[in-house]
Amino acid sequence: MAKTVVIDPVTRIEGHAKISVFLDDAGQVSNAQFHVVEYRGFEKFCEGRPYTEMAGITARICGICPVSHLICSAKTGDKILAVQIPKAADKLRRLMNLGQITQSHALSFFHLSSPDFLLGWDSDPAKRNVFGLIAADPDLARAGIRLRQFGQKVIEILGGRKIHAAWTVPGGVREPLSEEGRAWIIERLPESFDTIRKALDIFKGLINGPMKEEVEVFGEFPSLFMGLVSQDGQWEHYDGHLRFADSNGNVVADGLSEDDYQDFLGEAVENWSYLKFPYYKPMGYPDGIYRVGPLARLNVCDRIGTPQADIELQALRDYAGGVPTSSFLYHYARLVEILACLEHIQLLMDDPDIMSPRVRAHAGVNALEAVGVSEAPRGTLFHHYKVDDNGLVQKVNLIIATGQNNLAMNKTVTQIAKHYIHSEDIPEGFLNRVEAGIRCYDPCLSCSTHAAGQMPLHVQLMAADGELIKEVYR
Amino acid sequence: MSVRTLKIDDKDVAVEAGTSIMDAAKEAGVPIPKLCHLEGLTPVGACRMCLVEIEGLNKLLPACVTEVSEGMVIHTQTPKLQEYRRMNVELIFAEGNHVCSICVANGNCELQDVAIEVGMDHSRFPYRFPDRGVDLSHPLFGIDHNRCILCTRCVRVCDEVEGAHVWDVAQRGAACYIVSGLNQPWGEVDACTSCGKCVDACPTGAIFKQGSTTGEKQADADTLEFLYTAREKHQWTR
Repeated sequence: MAKTVVIDPVTRIEGHAKISVFLDDAGQVSNAQFHVVEYRGFEKFCEGRPYTEMAGITARICGICPVSHLICSAKTGDKILAVQIPKAADKLRRLMNLGQITQSHALSFFHLSSPDFLLGWDSDPAKRNVFGLIAADPDLARAGIRLRQFGQKVIEILGGRKIHAAWTVPGGVREPLSEEGRAWIIERLPESFDTIRKALDIFKGLINGPMKEEVEVFGEFPSLFMGLVSQDGQWEHYDGHLRFADSNGNVVADGLSEDDYQDFLGEAVENWSYLKFPYYKPMGYPDGIYRVGPLARLNVCDRIGTPQADIELQALRDYAGGVPTSSFLYHYARLVEILACLEHIQLLMDDPDIMSPRVRAHAGVNALEAVGVSEAPRGTLFHHYKVDDNGLVQKVNLIIATGQNNLAMNKTVTQIAKHYIHSEDIPEGFLNRVEAGIRCYDPCLSCSTHAAGQMPLHVQLMAADGELIKEVYR
Repeated sequence: MSVRTLKIDDKDVAVEAGTSIMDAAKEAGVPIPKLCHLEGLTPVGACRMCLVEIEGLNKLLPACVTEVSEGMVIHTQTPKLQEYRRMNVELIFAEGNHVCSICVANGNCELQDVAIEVGMDHSRFPYRFPDRGVDLSHPLFGIDHNRCILCTRCVRVCDEVEGAHVWDVAQRGAACYIVSGLNQPWGEVDACTSCGKCVDACPTGAIFKQGSTTGEKQADADTLEFLYTAREKHQWTR
């Protein structure tokens, strides 16, 4: 009899979701689906609000990556004002985004995913978390937590608080960088470099040894990749233009402007998930599957543009023998990006522009429609506003990074389930691998859902007629 | 000049006849919470935050509009008053759409201060979530009716201090709202002198400067008090 295995909720991700694994009559996996089960409605209730409030409102979409929304919303606001923001504001926003990518990637790697790598897929679920990591390797855990703290502190130094800092505004930023803040960042950089080097060494050891199989099974498939690149094709996180590249390293489309996103991005809807399914329009749905985020950014850029990160990017490409296409390598890409962020932060610390007190341009409503774009830790983020003559928002469209990986996440869980699950009797560690397929993307479902309290693993074995055969709680 | 002697929270106070309990308490150094009252404007007793207990009377009276009388014994911090004040603030929150985290007045809001003062950590009343609008038609300022608590400070400051009388209250009961001119968009009201006194008088983020983002409003109610003392008492220094 055909059966369904439900993993609900998925643990150690940001947000609330479940996975259904469908078994056929022979007990083999026929399909797997990643469902996002909460609805929030930001696009609707922002209507009627002043555009100047949008950064503050949309930041509340998420507590992990509020900076992404703050920056993207402020960039959309810049276009409504139709101003060029001061040089210092541009660089300070970049600094905050670099701090944000560092802290978010450190959270994903050390707090959420490394317990699987370092304690083992099949280790005791009660200890397979950051506390288990602290018990097993306190020095590494401390270093990881302090690396995240570094990124968070960069955000706090600039915005006055770590979460939801109301600092990026249409026209620039509210406060310049203080001398004390700059001194703190400079002092703490060397330790952060040490930590990321250590993490890179550990991860390279894993994928060349005990986790070779994961690289082949966790989302190894061809797809397009999308991300921002600078005018000369370098790695970008704040500005530049959009580029699509395929799994062979060919540039499929380049020089795309966020203003035209509706020409090349479509959004499909499935009746079993609240998360939309964006796709590359010229190739249709679902063939236009593309991935965004750390791995995609590294795959679309020609180079990173800083010495240490460029060496690591080359090492990643050498490891994959070309374009890395396994989603398990998102973890690797995240570590390379942290290194890139630290190097860029170091460059900014030596830039005289960042201490300028001129950080905000003032203007009225000079454009009635605008699209902003930036790279969130999880991928490319779009904000699209239409306002009336007075600046009241009439229509909002937000395309969130995680949503753009939706097709890829579904493909990944199916691939992993097919590889590991072959009967109704499923060891817990196998289900953990299915969940870990999702964790590769570090999805931020808070960006389209609510994070709701404690999230134990709940597995249901369902008969085709909906009858509950077996139920397991962790 | 006749003098009235009374007790406020066990403190002996002597003030001129005709003084309000609010002013007598101020002179005695006894703080009484308030939202609609603003020094220099006609008191109206709209917010009910300043209710006090007077011995011998079985009803609570608003300190801002109640005159002192000889021998009064007043209590400002009884458990009953504390409970009523908290309930009052909860009702104000439940009535409008007050979202501090994204409000222009966050951190500089009298409603927020009062909520903290009365220990309101949640509302026991279901929120009404009324459908209210925002008017950004004025070139310098905006009004967000979601955040309006109908204290009428804007109405009074515009009428009594600026002399323009741009603002009024329309409708009745829960449907009440502040209107500019003859219920026109603010930007179309010729009477408005764009002085900004309503921005400074507003205790919440309802009236604000255009372009303000979260927590950026710095209302300066002291300016209004200065204008009042300058005009009434001929004191021209701050």
